[in-house]
Amino acid sequence: MGEVKVIATPQSFPCARIEWALRIKGVEYEYLKEDLANKSPLLLQSNPAHKKVPVLLHHDNPIAESLVILEYIDETWKENPLLPLDPYERAQARFWAKFIDDKCVFGVWGATVAQGEEKEKAIDAALESLAFIEKEIEGKKYFGGEKIGYLDIVVGWMSHWLNVLEELGEIELLTAERFPSLHAWSHNFIQTPPIKDCIPPRETVVEYFSFGINYVRSLEASTKS
Amino acid sequence: MAEANVVLLDFWPSSYGMRVKIALAEKGITYECKQEDFQAKSSLLLETNPVHKMIPVLIHNGKPICESLNIVQYIDEAWNHKPSLLPSDLYKRSQARFWGDYIDKNVYNSVKRVWTGKGKEQEEHNKQFIECLKTLEDELANKPYFGGEDFGYVDVALVPFTSWFYTVETFGKLSIEEECPKLVAWAKRCMQKDSVATSLPHPHKIYAFALQYKQRHGLE
Repeated sequence: MGEVKVIATPQSFPCARIEWALRIKGVEYEYLKEDLANKSPLLLQSNPAHKKVPVLLHHDNPIAESLVILEYIDETWKENPLLPLDPYERAQARFWAKFIDDKCVFGVWGATVAQGEEKEKAIDAALESLAFIEKEIEGKKYFGGEKIGYLDIVVGWMSHWLNVLEELGEIELLTAERFPSLHAWSHNFIQTPPIKDCIPPRETVVEYFSFGINYVRSLEASTKS
Repeated sequence: MAEANVVLLDFWPSSYGMRVKIALAEKGITYECKQEDFQAKSSLLLETNPVHKMIPVLIHNGKPICESLNIVQYIDEAWNHKPSLLPSDLYKRSQARFWGDYIDKNVYNSVKRVWTGKGKEQEEHNKQFIECLKTLEDELANKPYFGGEDFGYVDVALVPFTSWFYTVETFGKLSIEEECPKLVAWAKRCMQKDSVATSLPHPHKIYAFALQYKQRHGLE
């Protein structure tokens, strides 16, 4: 099927999504590690609109945005399908993927960086978004059913990166008491091969997020003063 | 007579609702269209889109699908006769999805900021809006449509916002045709299609709606 390269950084969970998908499909790829502080000409040329990782290069044709890349991978390599075949089921999976990226990711990030009076409101918003996902996984081993699917890959950041954000933001979101099914899923997911092969060491994720959190907080402090 | 098994919950000035109407028209699907009142959302809307409580919602055989580009993809897959909205070439399909996502992330907000903006921020909002359009114009390049020779997914995603151009130009005091002539030519080309012409309200109606909205929210 031709040569496949991934421009990525190990600490980034959108990048992990791409590696998980390629490995589930048994696709070999070359990993081009990007230094986000010093972006390569290849990245800037491959994703001029956003200048972000991940980017998939297939026969040197670039594709950006993790959800777009996941669909491309699923359509190009037919083994171990990630999205359901039925159009209605596909629409549901896409709906939840967008919800996760728009509401859960930003909700959790918001709760992490918020300080003072705004923190409680931000935590409530994050919890509300997670409650929807809890309902989706109730009674299922994976979001995809018996096997890992598209939505598991999209939610995958909750199995490792979320916990780092909780620690750095001094918040507790994904607990067994509050979200038993999602909590159980996250423990199961992270131990499933090939998922666990692409989990970056915790310290690197801590460093990665700490930088972002401090940056956002200092920006807010300077606009308020 | 409209097919009872296809219902669209809509709000006529919404560009997102227009996307769905265009897609349904492209496929020749008849449907029942129900207008929502945002001051008093129907129980059907709250039931079919409990997560966002927003239009558009397509209800097909009683099953709801939400989020406009999601609905457009569903329409393309569930009624997979021609014309196809997404390209058959897998790489071109990925690019169509990428630009649909780009339009979702950038156009609505930049449009809204121009027509609701005021004071010294207006210039910055105008600049960002034009920059966004220029990026899209670069992507269009010299093609008749974003997908190439055929009208498709990205055209469906973007063309509804052109019904808001008159509003943006009037409030923002700018000329989109001067800044992005190729995009304006593309919009006129799209309007020659029945599916688009019958799905977009007249720009003056949109302007009247925007004016009322601004008065109601004290944004003059």
